[in-house]
Amino acid sequence: MSATTEHLAASALSDQARVQTPFRRFLSDYFDSKVATGACIMLAIIIFIALFAPLISPQNPYDLAVVDVMNARLEPGEQSWSGDLTFVLGSDGAGRDMLSAIFYGLRISLGVGVMSGIIAMIIGMAVGLMAAYFGGRTDTVIMRIVDLQLSFPAILIALVLIAILGKGVDKVIIALVTVQWAYYARTVRGSALVERRKEYIEAATCLALSHRRIVFRHLLPNCLPPMIVVGTLQTAHAISLEATLSFLGLGLPQTEPSLGLLIANGFEYMLSGKYWISFFPGIALLLTIVTINLVGDQLRDVLNPRLER
Amino acid sequence: MSVFIIRRLLQALVVIFVMSLIVFAGINIVGDPVDLLISPDADQAEIEATIRRLGLDRPWYEQYGYFLLNAFKGDLGNSFIFAEPALKLILQRMPATLELAFAAMLIAIVFGIPLGMYAGLKPDSKVSRTIMAGSILGFSLPTFWVGIMLIMVFAVMLGWLPSTGRGDTTEMLGIQVSFLTWDGIQHLVLPAFNLALFKLSLVIRLARAGTKEVALQDYIKFARAKGLSSRRVVLVHVAKNIMIPVVTVLGLELGGVIAFAVVTETVFAWPGMGKLLIDSIQLLDRPVVVAYLLITVFMFIIINLVVDILYSILDPRVRLKDVKA
Repeated sequence: MSATTEHLAASALSDQARVQTPFRRFLSDYFDSKVATGACIMLAIIIFIALFAPLISPQNPYDLAVVDVMNARLEPGEQSWSGDLTFVLGSDGAGRDMLSAIFYGLRISLGVGVMSGIIAMIIGMAVGLMAAYFGGRTDTVIMRIVDLQLSFPAILIALVLIAILGKGVDKVIIALVTVQWAYYARTVRGSALVERRKEYIEAATCLALSHRRIVFRHLLPNCLPPMIVVGTLQTAHAISLEATLSFLGLGLPQTEPSLGLLIANGFEYMLSGKYWISFFPGIALLLTIVTINLVGDQLRDVLNPRLER
Repeated sequence: MSVFIIRRLLQALVVIFVMSLIVFAGINIVGDPVDLLISPDADQAEIEATIRRLGLDRPWYEQYGYFLLNAFKGDLGNSFIFAEPALKLILQRMPATLELAFAAMLIAIVFGIPLGMYAGLKPDSKVSRTIMAGSILGFSLPTFWVGIMLIMVFAVMLGWLPSTGRGDTTEMLGIQVSFLTWDGIQHLVLPAFNLALFKLSLVIRLARAGTKEVALQDYIKFARAKGLSSRRVVLVHVAKNIMIPVVTVLGLELGGVIAFAVVTETVFAWPGMGKLLIDSIQLLDRPVVVAYLLITVFMFIIINLVVDILYSILDPRVRLKDVKA
């Protein structure tokens, strides 16, 4: 998502040559750090794998015509019995290629994480803006709810929701959205309260613009930078939480195995020394979370106006 | 002070009331309480008796009254699986969870504060950078995966420590505890460390930030100028002053540790209430789930209340602001 907007913005910028626009300054600030540049490239690779998993995987791990139990629990680097496929990362209990299963799992983990992040961001943003713009009693009620929810750990709220709602992709997304919206609401309210007192909002109010126009065309765009940071870090959090739920057997169904479920499936083979079935999906999960966190950290540093550069 | 405590107590009561309404609504709107609270194996007479006992044949506001009354009496229905009161089951397993949670907190404090202080005193040394990189990793690693890796390395490959269960327990004050026997301690090490990892990272960061700030204060310079050994300056003057934020945050995090014990208990088959919750959700043993929910909500509200009050004692600005508002 952000990649395409960056491209669009970049092509638009190329017309006005050599002007130090805020966006160009942002880019040069971001790529100042080698770690952050590496993380950005890594993130691009992860997103690429997730998007094109069916095209680049050695096999379709959920096509029963391809998967053969004869190949079950092969060690990394072994060949299938028919000799037409090398299991680079080994195979699992049903004879699936782990590399392919990880690619497909990444797609599902990332998809659920990003999807829930976007929905939570929209809800949180709407609620937070409302609280900041209208103030007074609306603000008090909304922020009380936010505080109440944030005083409970995310995992607990998610577990309870799954226990009441039942399992399934849609339910997991509902649980993740419920857990996350409060962070967005609190962040956007914080920055909106600052922005609201500035002159341009006063000017817009004096022009007798509608509430909707002021909130969405004037207030919202100026509250976006901190939201991007929270959005990145929260997405990493959502992916981790989804993996945890799936590991506990309360997340996604077996038909759509995310990284968490792959790890859970490998857990039973762990005690007999077959480490690769749970080890490699874990590494993939870890890389994804660390990469997103590194990108988010750098974004926070770059977008924070208090840190002088 | 007393005004503050009374206000906080009233707020806590309101929260308990609101949460009980939400739980009640959750049971009634999402599912049918007759299905939720009565075992599918029960015969007709049993079903009718339970319906009458729980007041399920009354209008909803009376039902809510019954629900509250039963919750106060400690009757939250019987477990379908164990045929015992749900509340009793959970209370039986609570000591195991609390033991694990406190062991984890202890590890976080004992290792976290010295490591964090070292990183704060020598921010540019290689060791400090390693500590900080480790703490970032500790934040990013999913708890359950770390648990699995701990089992793989220490139980399967090296064979040093057991990977499941609680081991031998002894009775202390009528409660079964593991930490008094050698076997129990061996069983406790891996799960406690697993649960501690996240908080350990947090304590390292808090202690480091605190140390960096305190080390620049005038009273530290004065202590050094007075000729005190740097050992005494660090262990007494710095350590004391970084404790306030560390203790407050840890108090608030205790609830989180108990909640996250669900994951660790599942990985290590630790017989605590978190494992009971997961098993109950899987087996659709709903009275236990409802009882767990009410107990944890109650526990959380109490923890938050105690931390709030303690904090107001440590930092008077908090309660003054609240009374004015």
